[in-house]
Amino acid sequence: MNTEAIKELLYKMADDLLIIGHRNSEWTGLGPILEEDIAFSSMAQDKIGQSQALFQLLHELGEQAPDTVAFTRNANQFHNAQFLELPNGDYDFSLMRHFLYDIADQLRFEMLATSSYEPLAKVARKVKGELKYHVFHANTWITKLGTATDESHARMQAALSASWNYALGMFEEGSFEVQLKTENIFEGESALKNRWLETITPIFAKATLTIPDVKTWEPKLGGRKGYHTEHLQPLLDEMSEVFTIDPSAEW
Amino acid sequence: MYGNAYIDPNEKPKSIIDGEDPIKLAEFEARIARGEKIEPKDWMPREYRKQLIRMIEQHAHSEIIGALPEGTWITRAPGFKRKLALMAKVQDEVGHAQLLYSAAETLGKSREEMTNDLITGKSKYSNVFNYPAFTWADACIIAWLIDAGAIINQVANAKGSYGPYCRALDRICTEESFHLKYGHDNVVTLATGTPVQRKMVQEALNRWWPPIMHFFGPSDKISNHTEILMRWKVKMATNDDMRQQFLNMYVPKIWDLGLTVPDANLKKNEATGKWDYTEPDWEEFKRVINGGGPCNAERLAVRRMAEERGRWVRNALLNKAEKYVTPLA
Repeated sequence: MNTEAIKELLYKMADDLLIIGHRNSEWTGLGPILEEDIAFSSMAQDKIGQSQALFQLLHELGEQAPDTVAFTRNANQFHNAQFLELPNGDYDFSLMRHFLYDIADQLRFEMLATSSYEPLAKVARKVKGELKYHVFHANTWITKLGTATDESHARMQAALSASWNYALGMFEEGSFEVQLKTENIFEGESALKNRWLETITPIFAKATLTIPDVKTWEPKLGGRKGYHTEHLQPLLDEMSEVFTIDPSAEW
Repeated sequence: MYGNAYIDPNEKPKSIIDGEDPIKLAEFEARIARGEKIEPKDWMPREYRKQLIRMIEQHAHSEIIGALPEGTWITRAPGFKRKLALMAKVQDEVGHAQLLYSAAETLGKSREEMTNDLITGKSKYSNVFNYPAFTWADACIIAWLIDAGAIINQVANAKGSYGPYCRALDRICTEESFHLKYGHDNVVTLATGTPVQRKMVQEALNRWWPPIMHFFGPSDKISNHTEILMRWKVKMATNDDMRQQFLNMYVPKIWDLGLTVPDANLKKNEATGKWDYTEPDWEEFKRVINGGGPCNAERLAVRRMAEERGRWVRNALLNKAEKYVTPLA
């Protein structure tokens, strides 16, 4: 079993989940309707819980405890896609990111449910069930807001255009794509991206939203290697503000 | 979580049953005396409806505004366990607001009207949320002691006479009892932790003690008005009784943790069986409830901003062909 390859895979997934969970939780108390406050909080709780489960797998592979890993690293040690660290913006951007990321996440976990690395396959089988509801939520809203009013359509289209290259950055390849595939651990980012495009295209058609012209595609890369936007470090500073008062204390 | 409804002491009390049909009123009071619940379509006196709308609405607003001081600590909670628990707790509070707005809607005021009255400052909410949560320990003290106070009030109100409110409160109290355990566990961890943690939690308790004493409201004026509201089971206990109950249950627990309460006069009076304490500063209470507290403006500004930014979403959901339907409760 290629431990280094598995660790790289686990780190990027766990960091994605932690950061998007954190962003989702920022909607608590501020949603456009109470029901959406509650929905985003549920999803945030799932994401944070899922990230904890993956950090636990890393711990079992010799990395430090989940709290230490999550709450004491700096931005350049994080491997999440840049897309997930961007500020929430308005509800249009948050929903669009939720849709684009959650579909990718669902497909990723579906692929991993049959991974030869059984501890991850086990987590993936559990997480798939939770993600079903996240994707259902995302699909409902994207379709509704894409077609409801001129304003909601225009806002969702603008959010899609602004998100697109960042979303493509989610599929940035790691250093072990070949090994992961050969050892049947994970089929790889390129296969995932193709499935993702196949899945989102008909939903955008139904929502009357247009994916940007392929000639303009320029994936925002670097997140997987520790290069981030200026938004990640302040997020991490806030997240670790209390924990780092005394990282050895019981909180 | 929520303290007691604020009833304007300057309101004219004698008008409360003026003009009501005496036969219907007698039937209504007999039903309540028998322990029956009043349901949305039943006959009820004007003032009963008005007081309940005010009370449930204030309660709902308190839940949604209460999510703000605690919510700011979700993104800072130390470690996975605390982060997940606080997210779930604050989500519960927002869920309570949703339940309560529905309960109030059964009495004829829509959620939109209530929201408007909140953001324009016409409706009140629990005064306690006009104070800031400076540190993580403040959020822990709120989760323990403010929720504890809220439970005392809500358990009493759950035995009231209006069916939809009672049913909402039963569910709310179950969830609040978990919040109380969560808050207590947090405070115990800090109080038995490092010197820095102990200092944090003691300072937070010192800051929150005056708002906690204010939480149940000033002594009730014994008036005709209060008597009727108690007979109608709208008001279930006096503010002083609830404050005494709180002190009785929680002061010993605070002392057990080696924390001090910032009131030198606080002690149980063996002769009366009641707690003696320094009279809270009710001028400060009035100032804060009328908008002069440290966070009133900020809390309402945040709510207004959330309403404003979410308007396009709500507009997109509107279906002009659909008629407004009062929620079932």
